[in-house]
Amino acid sequence: MSDVQYAEPDNLAGVFDALERYGEEARLLAGGTGLVNLMKQRLVQPGALIGLRRIEALRGVSRQDGALRLGAMATHREVETSEVVRAAAPLLAETYRQVATVRIRNVATVGGGLAHADPSQDPPVALVVLRARVVLTSKDGTREIPIEEFFTDYYETAIAPDEVLTQVLVPPQPAQAGAVYLKFLPRTADDYATVAVAALVELAADGETCRDARIALGAVGSTVLQATAAAAALRGQRPTPEALREAAEQVRALVDPVDDYRGSAAYKRDMAVVFTRRALEQALARARDGAR
Amino acid sequence: MATKHHVVTRVNGEEVEFLCEARHSLLEALRETLGLTGTKEGCLDGNCGACTVTLDGRLMDSCLVLAVEAHGREIQTIEGVASPQGLHPVQQAFLEEAALQCGICTPGFIVSAKALLEREPNPTEERIRWWLAGNLCRCTGYDKIVRAVVDAAARMAEVKG
Repeated sequence: MSDVQYAEPDNLAGVFDALERYGEEARLLAGGTGLVNLMKQRLVQPGALIGLRRIEALRGVSRQDGALRLGAMATHREVETSEVVRAAAPLLAETYRQVATVRIRNVATVGGGLAHADPSQDPPVALVVLRARVVLTSKDGTREIPIEEFFTDYYETAIAPDEVLTQVLVPPQPAQAGAVYLKFLPRTADDYATVAVAALVELAADGETCRDARIALGAVGSTVLQATAAAAALRGQRPTPEALREAAEQVRALVDPVDDYRGSAAYKRDMAVVFTRRALEQALARARDGAR
Repeated sequence: MATKHHVVTRVNGEEVEFLCEARHSLLEALRETLGLTGTKEGCLDGNCGACTVTLDGRLMDSCLVLAVEAHGREIQTIEGVASPQGLHPVQQAFLEEAALQCGICTPGFIVSAKALLEREPNPTEERIRWWLAGNLCRCTGYDKIVRAVVDAAARMAEVKG
């Protein structure tokens, strides 16, 4: 590897200056668990690293105008253990807890993880179900985009070269809804998922009709996938075991997995259906219990 | 000549300074620059836990942290676990339970287990296994290691009395 410059600005203005100075040579360094690995494998060879750890405005987890605000530099472990997160969106705490190991979660950040955009990651699946929005800031202003538009392809995102992912805004889970994140791990507890599913089922006031359903899948496509057909099949219906089974069957045509050492494409396709059904069953059980 | 960065940090309670390039990991700085070879190099991609240290009290894989990021922070390595009075209870338990064979993974396991017991003095076996996921051992299997951590928890409770 050739010489790498390193800057650690104190504020966002300093980051924008550094991005301008180093141009395409620059990479933002958040936790580093993704980027440092890519550098070692020489998949990324930046001429300059811009460390974000000194920037106060990017840190922390809080409630802001009703939504949950995850600072881009908040660590996975902070999200996993935050009381604020557990109260507003227990699904998110449950999902971040399942990422890799405690050593990774202590370092990997919310923003860095999303910018890495590996389709096997856990958090994007839950964030899509929760209808999170990603805040991107440049010298010229700020824009907010829905998380499903943020991921554009395998390891590709909507972040422009002059932008910084500054925060993620997550609406609280609806009170009448139950939600779950299921990660199929046939090998070890700290592995990437073979198939991952997040589901949210919201019951109407009668307690019997499905008012809303949301389903997303990870590790079975080039980005996180939204199962809109499966969710639509449940809306306004009574969520009988048969209805859940039929809805889950819809994801078979949606997923596009690859063969690898976590399973063949055909196996992953079958498991996507199975885990979607289980996720819907568990989300519904939580909605009925009022457990969220 | 590659640009060198001056890093001032604390390692096992002592202030140290060193020069490094931006691309160097904390693991490289510890082992090659500071000569602290107790921290081991395993997979180099955050899977095996052999390079586990704590940075500002939090466990992490030192192969995935850049050395420049250690500036102004507090690092604990396996070399800081024993005291002049003797081995740490976790070390003593590993020894007595024979929870190692080749020993390469042992520093990472001990640093991880100590961090767990400092937070949760009386963890269940399930909790221990969950916490140690990602510390890989390729010789012994994990039963003796888990037993050693349970044993260490008991020893530490006794000392506290």
